[in-house]
Amino acid sequence: MLNSLSATGLLIDILGALLIALVVLNTASKSILRNSAAHMGYNYDHSISQITQRNDTILGICLIIVGFSLQFLEALGYVANFFSKTIFISTIVISASYFFLRHALAAYQINVLIPKHGSPKKPLGYPIVEQVFFSNGLRSNSGKTIPVLTVIAVIVAIWYACVVWMNAPFEYDKAERAKTDPPNFSQLISNTMAQERPVLPAAHQVFAEIWDTTVNKKITSKRSLIYHSWITLSATLLGFIIGTVLGILLAVGIVHNRAMDRSVMPWVIASQTIPILAVAPMIIVTLNAVGLTGLIPKALISTYLSFFPVVVGMVKGLRSPDNSQLDLLHTWYASKPQIFWKLRWPSSMPFLFTSLKVAVAISLVGAIVGELPTGAVAGLGARLLAGSYYGQTIQIWSALFMAAALAAVLVMIVGFAHSYVLKRMGQKVEIY
Amino acid sequence: MLSPVHGKQKFYPMTVISANKLSLTFETNDGPVHALSEVDLDIKKGEFVSFIGPSGCGKTTFLRVIADLEKPTGGTISVNGMTPEEARMKRAYGYVFQAASLFPWRTIEKNISLPLEIMGYSRSEQAERVNRTLELVELSNFGKKYPWQLSGGMQQRASIARALAFDADLLLMDEPFGALDEIVRDHLNEQLIKLWKRTNKTICFVTHSIPEAVYLSTKIVVMSPRPGRVTDVIDSTLPNERPLEIRESAEFLKIAHRVREGLRAGHSYEE
Repeated sequence: MLNSLSATGLLIDILGALLIALVVLNTASKSILRNSAAHMGYNYDHSISQITQRNDTILGICLIIVGFSLQFLEALGYVANFFSKTIFISTIVISASYFFLRHALAAYQINVLIPKHGSPKKPLGYPIVEQVFFSNGLRSNSGKTIPVLTVIAVIVAIWYACVVWMNAPFEYDKAERAKTDPPNFSQLISNTMAQERPVLPAAHQVFAEIWDTTVNKKITSKRSLIYHSWITLSATLLGFIIGTVLGILLAVGIVHNRAMDRSVMPWVIASQTIPILAVAPMIIVTLNAVGLTGLIPKALISTYLSFFPVVVGMVKGLRSPDNSQLDLLHTWYASKPQIFWKLRWPSSMPFLFTSLKVAVAISLVGAIVGELPTGAVAGLGARLLAGSYYGQTIQIWSALFMAAALAAVLVMIVGFAHSYVLKRMGQKVEIY
Repeated sequence: MLSPVHGKQKFYPMTVISANKLSLTFETNDGPVHALSEVDLDIKKGEFVSFIGPSGCGKTTFLRVIADLEKPTGGTISVNGMTPEEARMKRAYGYVFQAASLFPWRTIEKNISLPLEIMGYSRSEQAERVNRTLELVELSNFGKKYPWQLSGGMQQRASIARALAFDADLLLMDEPFGALDEIVRDHLNEQLIKLWKRTNKTICFVTHSIPEAVYLSTKIVVMSPRPGRVTDVIDSTLPNERPLEIRESAEFLKIAHRVREGLRAGHSYEE
């Protein structure tokens, strides 16, 4: 699918990496700047340099992203060479002019405005270019944006390095068998990223595969990743719901009944010490014997995993009211159900949602594991299995990424429900 | 274990709380702890009684016995002529803890209507009583706020409103202002006196502070630890009208002195 590595994309990537390196160097030079400003009798306004550094980092990361997306698009054959060159040149021009203007303005502020107005309590205002490009959108959450983007950029860089390194032996073998010269470095790079069954597929190969199997296939097709995701998701959700209800019921029993506290809790904990991989086939086979196949057995494996965090969290949550709150209800002669609904249940909400986040992710794991031992024909687990049978690493990785994305979305939905419920309960919440 | 009330003394309608040789011993790993030992005490309707003494003297335990939060191990006690448990079933008292203990997920209004919900008042009655008690503690504009939006003093006022909402004649307060700073505490003490005079309730008030006890009470019960017992009961001679300045009067200082003497006699200043 990928004929040659997009040279322009690679160049833009390198440019971005260089810019980030510059920022790192700049951080070191910052203290020198501050000292010299102090020497001149000015309070060096570090906020300006922080802003410039932050925006240089953003620019660098943007460049890397532009580069990768170019490669990706070219790999799919969507971008003509001419178009890619245009993007390349305009990217360079825009970033260079931005870079120049911004540094000129920052220098103007440091050398002219600050000496004129003395050391300002507030920053003098951002250089004009930054006001245009990054007025408030990135500033409001820049505390998270930069670290997250940086981590992603680093991971992708390591990934691509590993792709070349791990897939290289195959290329050398191939050249040897064909009795040709071993590939030179640039050939090696482009070849290792375009293998059909690579040891480690490149990011753009995986995403091209995901794109191909989601957008280009009908949802009903057996080759559609969306179809397989839905099979797994339905088992996940059913298992999650059963697990949550079961977990809550067990927790209520454990909190209200001493005998249950003593007898059930150890079993709940023991249940999780048995590896799910050992239990899953037994559940599938046993239920198959009584005529239950498909969704239910997988959902039950999800349940088996997901009820545990709910029980543990809810037992803690239902016991979280402090003594004076319980005493108060006692002095009002409240009944047990009243104590539960007016005090224990609302108190346990933060615990419940924290548990649910774990439970929903682990439910997905359960559903995938449930698809593995029986050679299921559909579902993300089946895709993983089929991929490993036929050495389709790209297929495995795309199924893995789909599972990760699914888990992320599920956890986020629970997170939103969490903040919504706590907001309705009048609490200040800082979850995301 | 709990013997029937009354005992030898006759029940007078004016007596709200009557304790007779009341004892409570906690069994702990380090041996028995005598939290209360043979306490005799009568509290009449409309009195403002302060319990003062060092930690471990049993003043909070006594309050908790009245509230049926602890069971006595000896002697008898009656609340409104009933056992504490019967009194609790009849919702005979409101209890205010040191921590405001407001439910953080309920607005102030909702917090105050919580006991009313539990006791099955109708919605309109709830709203009416919430408004009335909010006015009583001067929090009318804060009904829709959540507890964390209020200062510590306001939270404690809200918790007093909650204890008043169902019109119990007896108010049990366990160091309600202990966690507040002195300025807020002075203000709340003044308000509490006004509230007591307006509502004519019987108030049992546990405190660590001698000035607070003398300023508020018509009767001061001095207690001492190990075993927890009553060492002195002082009937206040202060007038009913009590501006804050009264705390500099000779009368006030005389009573405070007697409280201090009572504490010393109970070896409260040892260690």
